[in-house]
Amino acid sequence: MDTTMAEGRTGTRMQAPNVAAAASSSSEVKLAIVECRGVSLFYGDKQALFDITLSCRKNAVTAFIGPSGCGKSTLLRCLNRMNDLIDGVRIDGAIEIHGKSIYERGVDVTQIRKRFGMVFQKSNPFPKTIYENVVYGLRIQGIKSKAILDEACEKSLRSAALWEEVKDRLQDSALGLSGGQMQRICIARAIAVEPEILLLDEPCSALDPIATSKVEELIFELKERYTIVIVTHNMQQAARVSDETGFFMLGKLIEFDKTEIIFTKPRQKTTEDYITGRFG
Amino acid sequence: MSASARPEAFPAAAPHRASLAEFLFRKGEPMIWLAGAGLSVSLLLIFGLLALVAVRGLGFFWPHALVRIETVDGRKVLGEVLSREPMPGVKDRVSPPTRIRVKIANRDLNGLDFRWIEENDIVRRDAPPNALLVERQEYGNFHGFLQELRRGNEVLGAADAAGLARLQEMQQKIRPAFEELRDSEKKDVGAINAALERDRLAIRRAELKKDPDLVKHRAASEAHQTELRRRYEEIRERLEARRKVNAAVTATLIDAEGKSKTIPVFDMVRIVQPNAVSFAQKAAIYLSRIREFVFDEPRESNTEGGVFPAIFGTILMVVLMSIVAVPFGVVAALYLREYAKQGRIVGLVRIAVNNLAGVPSIVFGIFGLGFFVYGVGGWIDRLFYPEALPTPTFGTGGIIWCALTLAILTVPVVVVATEEALAAVPPGMRHASLALGATKWQTTWRVVLPAAAPGILTGLILAMARGTGEVAPLMIVGVVKLAPTLPVDGIFPFLHLERKIMHLGFHLYDVGFQSPNVEAAIPMVYTTTILLLVIVVALNLTAIVIRNALRKKLKTSTF
Repeated sequence: MDTTMAEGRTGTRMQAPNVAAAASSSSEVKLAIVECRGVSLFYGDKQALFDITLSCRKNAVTAFIGPSGCGKSTLLRCLNRMNDLIDGVRIDGAIEIHGKSIYERGVDVTQIRKRFGMVFQKSNPFPKTIYENVVYGLRIQGIKSKAILDEACEKSLRSAALWEEVKDRLQDSALGLSGGQMQRICIARAIAVEPEILLLDEPCSALDPIATSKVEELIFELKERYTIVIVTHNMQQAARVSDETGFFMLGKLIEFDKTEIIFTKPRQKTTEDYITGRFG
Repeated sequence: MSASARPEAFPAAAPHRASLAEFLFRKGEPMIWLAGAGLSVSLLLIFGLLALVAVRGLGFFWPHALVRIETVDGRKVLGEVLSREPMPGVKDRVSPPTRIRVKIANRDLNGLDFRWIEENDIVRRDAPPNALLVERQEYGNFHGFLQELRRGNEVLGAADAAGLARLQEMQQKIRPAFEELRDSEKKDVGAINAALERDRLAIRRAELKKDPDLVKHRAASEAHQTELRRRYEEIRERLEARRKVNAAVTATLIDAEGKSKTIPVFDMVRIVQPNAVSFAQKAAIYLSRIREFVFDEPRESNTEGGVFPAIFGTILMVVLMSIVAVPFGVVAALYLREYAKQGRIVGLVRIAVNNLAGVPSIVFGIFGLGFFVYGVGGWIDRLFYPEALPTPTFGTGGIIWCALTLAILTVPVVVVATEEALAAVPPGMRHASLALGATKWQTTWRVVLPAAAPGILTGLILAMARGTGEVAPLMIVGVVKLAPTLPVDGIFPFLHLERKIMHLGFHLYDVGFQSPNVEAAIPMVYTTTILLLVIVVALNLTAIVIRNALRKKLKTSTF
C-alpha cells in the first residue's frame, strides 16, 4: 500500500522532468554530465563493483538502490574519488564528468572534489560554529572577504531551508543542533561552494520521518540547480525524489532506468522481487 | 517453536545446584569487592600521605611554647619541645623512662640546635612569659630573654615589658631597611657589575677580532669603567652608611644559663614572645611565616627563610619545557598518525616512543649534559661568546638546558596523548573536509587539530606533572642549591636562559639530605613537598580549565 502511494506521488512529481526528457531525448546524451563506463572496483583482491555503466543527467535526481553491501555507496564515492582514501583500492573503466576522465594521470583530486558536494550518511558537522561550518569550503578556497562569506552563508542556509531556524545563532556550535538540522547544515556546507553535482549518501538514514521529509523537500528544490545523485535504502524515498534509479546487487548494476519504470514495470525479475519486498 | 517446548529451550533457568565458588564467580560479586578494595587502599595511601605531609608541614610555622627546663645536673635550656619517645635500650615495661627532643636553638652559643633530655632528669619546667624567640638572619633562631636594648652607648630599653615593646617597635622600623639594602645591592650593584662585564667582554671581543681601533676602544672603555667604579663606590658608601646607622641598634639577649649575646636588631627577621601572645597573634605570626616561606629568599643554606627562587625556577622551567615539548610532540604525533604509512616501521617507531617514556630520567640528564650542555652549549659559546671563554656562558648548566632535557623526557607523553586524540577524531569529519576539496594538510590544520585540542591539552597536563616532579636529570644540567639571581630580571635581555636555577624538587633533596643541619631542615622538607604538590595541582588546574573551556566549545551532541 505504501508503495502504491509513493508511486502515486512520484507519478505526479515526475511529470515535468519526464516530459522535458522525452521532448529532448536526442540531447539526453549531451545532458549526461556524469558518465560511468565499465567501472570495476577492487578492494585488494576482492571485487566490489562489476562493470558498471550508467550516466546521470543534468538537473535530475539519480537514485542508487539495493541491499546493503551491493556497492551503491562505493560507486557514489568513486564519483568524487573519495575511494582514494582507502588503501588498496583499484578502479578499472572510466568515469567522466563533462566528458573528461577524472581518473586520468595528473588530475588534481581536490579540484575534482570541489565540483561535487557530498553529504554523508551520518551527519558530520565540524566542531565549529554554524557559520564556520557553512563557509568552510569557501575558506578552503582562500576566500577571506567577509561580505562574500556572509552572503554565501545566508544563501546556502536559505537553500538548505535552515536560515530561519539558525539565523540568530550563527556563532553557536553546530554540534548543538538537532540531528535533522545538523544534516541540513551539512547540505548547506556542501552547496555553499556552488558545486555542479550533489552526492547524497543515505542522507536520511539517521533522521526521523519529519526531518526526512524536510530533507526530501530540499532535494526536490535543489534539483532545479544541481545534478543530484542519491544513495538510499529507502525505496519509497527513491520513488519519491528521483527521476532515474539504478538497482544494484552484489556489485552489479541490475537495472537502470526511469524511476517510474523501475517501480512499475521493471524488466528484471530481481528488481521486481526487491522493490516489492519479496526479495530473499 | 511451541509454547510447551520453551522451558527446555533455556536449560540455565532450570534448577541447577552450582557450587558456591562457581556461583560467586558467575555473579562477579567478589571481583567487584576486590576492585573496590583495591581502589580504597590506593585512595587511603594517597590521602594518608597527603595528610601526613600536611600535618607535619603546616604545623611547622605555628609558634610553639618556649619551655625552660632545668635538669638534675643544673643545666638550663629554653626551647620548643618537639617530640617524646621511650628511652631506647631500656627494657622497663611498667613505666618506661621517656626522653624529649628539644629545639634549643642558639647555635652560636651551644654549637647545636637540638638536644635530647631524659624526662626523669628534669627538676623544673616552666614557660616564662618574657621568653623571646628571635629569628635571625644568620645562625638560626635565638631563644632567650632581653637584657638591654641600646643604640651605641645610649640605652633604649631594659629587661622589662617596656623594653620588650621598644624592641619590637625598633625591629619593625629597622628591619625593612635591611630588605631595602639587600634589594638595592642586588639591583644597583648588579647593574654596575653587568655593565663592567659588558665592557670587559667588548674589549675582549675587539682583541679577538684584532680591531684596528682597539686602543681607542680601550681608552673609552677605561674611562667608562672608571666612571662605573666611581658610581659603585658611591653606592657602596651610601649602603654602608645606612647599614652602620641601622646596625648601631643592638639588643643584648641572655640565654637560659645566663650567657649573653649582642645582636643587631637589623639582623632580626622576626621577634616572637610565644608564651605571651594570644591565639590571634599566633595566627598572624603563622601567616607571616608562610608568606615569608613562599615569597622570600632562603637563609642559612636553605634551611630557613623562603623558597621563592625555587618556586620561580620550577614554574619557569616547566613553562619553557611545555613550549618546547608540546609543538614537537604534536608534530611527531601528526606525522605518525596522519601521514606515515601504517606499517611495521611506524609500529616500531611507536613502540620506541612509548618506551622512551620509560627510560630512567637520569639517562636523559646525562644525555642533556653531553649533548645540550657540552655539545650545543659549547658550540654556542665558541660561536657567539668567544670573548667570555674560558668561562662558559651556555656551555654550562642553565635553565634552557633543563627545559630542553625535560622536554625530551616528556615528548613521548605528549606524542602518545596526541595520537590518541587524533585517532578519536571521527573519520566522518575528515571525509567531510576532504570532500569539500580540502587538501590533507588543510583538513588536518582546520578540522582535525582543533577537534583534538582537548586531548593534546591532556598530554600537556601529563607532561607538566611529570616535568615538575623530575629532579634527577636536572641536577646535572643546571639546577643548583642556591642561585644568586633569578633567570628573569631587569637587565637586558630580561630572560636569561643561560642562568642556573633553583628547583623545588632539588631543594627538597638538598635540604632534606645534604644540609649541614638536617634536623632543622626536616620541617622544610614537608613544607616544600606541600608547595611542590600545590604547584603541580595549580599548573594542572590551569590546563584543565583551558581544556574544559575548549571541550565546551566543541561539545559533541547526542541525537
